[in-house]
Amino acid sequence: MPGRVVVVTSGKGGVGKTTTTANVSASLAGKGYKVIALDADIGLRNLDVVLGLENRIVYTLVDVIEGVCRLPQAMVRDKRVPNLFFLPAAQTRTKDAVSSEQMADLCKELQQDFDFVFVDSPAGIEAGFRNAAAGATEALVVTTPEVSAVRDADRIIGMLESLEVTPIRLVINRVRPDLVQRGDMLSVADVLDILAIDLVGVVPNDDSVVVSTNRGEPLTLGTQSLACKAFDNIGLRMTGEEVPFLDIEHCGQKGLVGTLRKMFGF
Amino acid sequence: MGFFTRFFQGETARETAKRRLQLVLIHDRSDLSVETMEALRKDLIEVINRYLEIDEQHIELELEREQSSVVLVANIPVRTVKRQPSLPGNRA
Repeated sequence: MPGRVVVVTSGKGGVGKTTTTANVSASLAGKGYKVIALDADIGLRNLDVVLGLENRIVYTLVDVIEGVCRLPQAMVRDKRVPNLFFLPAAQTRTKDAVSSEQMADLCKELQQDFDFVFVDSPAGIEAGFRNAAAGATEALVVTTPEVSAVRDADRIIGMLESLEVTPIRLVINRVRPDLVQRGDMLSVADVLDILAIDLVGVVPNDDSVVVSTNRGEPLTLGTQSLACKAFDNIGLRMTGEEVPFLDIEHCGQKGLVGTLRKMFGF
Repeated sequence: MGFFTRFFQGETARETAKRRLQLVLIHDRSDLSVETMEALRKDLIEVINRYLEIDEQHIELELEREQSSVVLVANIPVRTVKRQPSLPGNRA
């Protein structure tokens, strides 16, 4: 059975597409699935540094498409996780270097060898996004609980629907429980109410993400933090496991309200 | 902070964000593609044709944006009213 091709996208930049791609890929690989993370952000690649594999790149996706090398030559195997592979984007080329058809063909080829092919999409709704989505059988839309990010997520969901990529599932990143509790930030329920798609993960704003990115070590490889647990859960839910959502918005809530909440479960 | 904002302005930042998003999305989503608009027009004609004879050449169909809503305005010239509506059930 061919593997699943998952495009990770958001519309808006800087909401955590690459972090999500890296961590969910590493998490699933750690569970024994054969996973490849593909950077489709040609010209502005970053998945390499987030995965910590920037020094091991020899060939890129564009080299494969142009026939400079064979596909296996361009794949970087992550030595920390046996089943994790990475296919880098070219940094010195532009998005015009590949076409949608070529990307779709590449994904089809990868599907034969991998259980999961994660495609890290560039921000925006132009050719780069369309190329990234071209071979996808499903999508993860990443957003943060901010007006601009949710608005762009809505737009990208519309485009994914018209490209007939389905299912489309939502990751809400960088949730700040303190702000939600104070009524200063959109809650998970608010965002779901507005976007009306399936939720696959809620990731809290967590310092450990900054540290792991700085070190180039995906969270799901080691450290135990709330964000790590959240990314792990996304992987599990994608494999069909029923995992209850972490109650991030109410965690750490103390005092009378917290006690009442616990007692009455609201 | 939350309490005071709510007290003085009657709405928290969270509520304001949600309200603004809902509004802005009504506008964003109303940008229907030409194909969708054409499909809508075809479906409308099909339904209305069961009851009225209309001038299909002169139908005006537009989404008009107002401050807090989007309105679908259809201007459909009627030629005659059918005596017997051709409902889906009693189609030959």
